[in-house]
Amino acid sequence: MTETFDNTIIEDIVVKLHKFAATQLPNDVSDALKTMYEQETKPTSKAALKTIVDNFTIADETSTPMCQDTGIHIYYVNIGENFPKVIGIEETLRKASVRATKEVPLRPNAVNPIVGGNSGDNTGNYIPFINYDFIPGVDYLEITVFPKGGGSENMCALGMLKPGQGINGIKKFVIDTIINAGGQPCPPGVVGVGIGGGADIALKLAKKQVMRPIGERHPDPEIAKLEEDLLKAINMTGIGAMGLGGDFSTALDVKIEYAHRHPASLPAAVAYQCWAARRSTARIYPDKRVEYLTHKEE
Amino acid sequence: MVEFHFTTPITKEDVQKVKIGDVIYISGTIFTARDEAHERALHLAEKGEKMPIDFEGLAVYHCGPVVRQVGDEWEIVAAGPTTSTRMDLFEDEFIKTFNVNVVIGKGGMGDRTAKAMKEYKAIYTAFVGGAAVVAAKGIKRVKEVHWLDLGTPECLWVLEVDKFGPLIVGIDSNGDSLFKNVALQAQENLGKIGEFLGITF
Repeated sequence: MTETFDNTIIEDIVVKLHKFAATQLPNDVSDALKTMYEQETKPTSKAALKTIVDNFTIADETSTPMCQDTGIHIYYVNIGENFPKVIGIEETLRKASVRATKEVPLRPNAVNPIVGGNSGDNTGNYIPFINYDFIPGVDYLEITVFPKGGGSENMCALGMLKPGQGINGIKKFVIDTIINAGGQPCPPGVVGVGIGGGADIALKLAKKQVMRPIGERHPDPEIAKLEEDLLKAINMTGIGAMGLGGDFSTALDVKIEYAHRHPASLPAAVAYQCWAARRSTARIYPDKRVEYLTHKEE
Repeated sequence: MVEFHFTTPITKEDVQKVKIGDVIYISGTIFTARDEAHERALHLAEKGEKMPIDFEGLAVYHCGPVVRQVGDEWEIVAAGPTTSTRMDLFEDEFIKTFNVNVVIGKGGMGDRTAKAMKEYKAIYTAFVGGAAVVAAKGIKRVKEVHWLDLGTPECLWVLEVDKFGPLIVGIDSNGDSLFKNVALQAQENLGKIGEFLGITF
């Protein structure tokens, strides 16, 4: 296929995805938070959950960012192998970040770590960060906007465990990480766990997990059971919403993925996503048709 | 869980009425300060320089807002709290130097700050992290802005607020900490968690 796809269409769609992500939680997240508010019995956590539900409801109604930390910009781009050729996707996504920063508006969150200074438009060295994957046998281009907040990111952890510590060592590492984080990553959030591969691979898998819909279980029954057990265990800590003490509101879900490991290594990574578990995805087809997977178009 | 409504200036007598787990709402004037504004304020005070506003009796808010400039006016779009533990480095000196009796943030603060709160009679209150829209509702207008050279998230926003909250009292003027109690409880819960997961901690 030699025809090239019109990038201005992609840019407009991505700006819209930013608006969706910043102002409306996907239904699976908002429903889970509402249910949690109903269930929680401790008054401090219940009060916090009430504020959270009020907050995302008003944000949605008024098209306002639900959190002042509108995140660092991360994109996941899944390129269908049968989608027309796209030239300059990186430039298009950078332009979309700059435009969304002005138009939504979003907080400028790209700071130079060496000499200091905020770029002011959410772009900089390697930022936005773009993850690319090729999807065989499909003809669409799928783009996910994943704005990642700093407070929850600061509580992510990597453990290079000894293989002898095994699955029990991983369970312990996850629980210790959550207890150490306490209220700081804005619970109740989504806990992503990546196991194996290597240091970078475990973290990458962990981070990707927090985008899976709440309640969805891993297809492998062994992993699904581990997800359920760790979720239950995390909620037994009593940390609660915003670390204010709660019996049912420390985590919305736990998601796990693994890669095969080197015989000498057992990397375990925990990625944390706050209650404002924002993500938005669109599929773009060769005929320019757009399908929004996480949000409804007004 | 008792509810209090305070109007600035908030005195040391006012804050001694509340206990951890209570809820307060603030009307009057608050100002934002994150890492860099704390550092600059203390640095200037050390050199004997005056602050751009008198902080005494106001509440300091750990917040880097999303703002919009409309003509000459600044508008607060979203203004939830940022993680407070980063300010543990400065807060004891800050409370002592400026007579700020109420700190607003999220996630709790450490022993060093709790000790200072007991000594100088101040409280730490938690606004729900990320609840930026509810926060912005309580903010009536931007009164002043200073130190814009630090960037809009880090500079000093002076805000007029009305029933700003709910703020859950996390550290009271006795130095008791709700967050510390929750952390201790979590440690205690490790026994039953280990039993459930078939591991030992």
